[in-house]
Amino acid sequence: MDYRLNFDAVWRDFDLLLSGLGLGLGLAVVSIFLGSFIGLIAAFAMISKNKLWRGIAMTYVTAIRNTPILVLIFFTFFALPQFGVRLGKIESFVFTLTFYAGAYLTEVFRGGLLALPTGLREAGLAIGMTEFRTKLSLTIPVMIRNVLPALSNNFISLFKDTSLAAAIAVPELTFYARQINVNTFRVIESWTVASLMYVFACYFIAAGLRHYERKLAIPG
Amino acid sequence: MDFSLFLNEAWIARGAIWDGFQMTVAISALAIILGTVLGVVVGLALVYGWAPVRLFVRIYVDFVRGTPVFVLVLASFYILSIIGIQLSAFQAGVLAITVFCSTHVGEMIRGALAAIHRGQIEAAKAIGLTFRQTFQSVLMPQALRQILPTWVNAATEMVKASTLLSVIGVAELLLSTQQIISRNFLSLEFYFMAGFIYFVIDFSIERFGRYVERKVAYS
Repeated sequence: MDYRLNFDAVWRDFDLLLSGLGLGLGLAVVSIFLGSFIGLIAAFAMISKNKLWRGIAMTYVTAIRNTPILVLIFFTFFALPQFGVRLGKIESFVFTLTFYAGAYLTEVFRGGLLALPTGLREAGLAIGMTEFRTKLSLTIPVMIRNVLPALSNNFISLFKDTSLAAAIAVPELTFYARQINVNTFRVIESWTVASLMYVFACYFIAAGLRHYERKLAIPG
Repeated sequence: MDFSLFLNEAWIARGAIWDGFQMTVAISALAIILGTVLGVVVGLALVYGWAPVRLFVRIYVDFVRGTPVFVLVLASFYILSIIGIQLSAFQAGVLAITVFCSTHVGEMIRGALAAIHRGQIEAAKAIGLTFRQTFQSVLMPQALRQILPTWVNAATEMVKASTLLSVIGVAELLLSTQQIISRNFLSLEFYFMAGFIYFVIDFSIERFGRYVERKVAYS
């Protein structure tokens, strides 16, 4: 074996890797934001008394959680056009990741809603708020502040899942790492740098979110 | 969309689908078994290891968990061959998922052992049990109880991660499906079928996990 480490090729394209990392973060942020709405609606459906809503939400969550995300990505990108739904690479990936995130967030929010004391909702109704208003101004904000640590973990795992976008040629970090690998044969260098970038990004995101969790946590 | 056309094509492709299914099961089973063996070592090293060993294992776990599995698979496939370790795509892929599995199992074991109250260890010491005895009859039974349901659910993660091997050319279920689609262009039907097969596998494992959870719960 003679393989000499030479990071030149990787540094030359480091801006590409950075832009890929940025795109991955962007994809994760958009997906968790949009996914939160799906998650909230599905979580309320899951704890509702209506059997139909419960059934729909349960089917959605179970189906998504038990299917590999790569299959979902390919399904959206290659199979939906048969229905006439034609999306670009990035839109298609965001669409998939949003629905994927939604299913995981449903579980998080459902747990959060069930953990709330019933007195909270009763207090809202007692001072004359409507059911909807109680949810919007009392239940949801308190619940979200309670589940922040779970949200952070979900965000980090979604960020790591953005690497799969490379499979449909979305130019994010893994895509560029593979491109550098194939073009320059700096195999060890490109993958080491790419994985270190993921590791450090995850580490800093985790540290940052931990900080906000402490700030936003309900005191006492 | 013509359903009889799909059934006909699926019947023609049954061999490929079955081979892909077997490959998926083989990858997942190997990764789970090897990953668990390695994971037990990782977990024990995290709790009882000599400080430098503990630090080294901690770095290993954090590095692997901070990297997407897809990157692990690609890195394992490309890097190992260039440093002179000749592995097939199948072996490189299984290795990557094994490493991924080992960090999960390692963290599970560390968490379970850490959750056991210190007082129990002190009590064991007080009645004169050696470390080995304490581990065998106090710590391990409780840790196993706690780990078992989580471990079964980690198996679903490994089945899902096995799809990533399709990208490095291992003909597991997803790649077989793609090959079938490239011949008959029934992308909607066949991707749906693949998704459904994965769903059935994972859902059964998940149900089994619930069952185990009830079985081992303290009543």
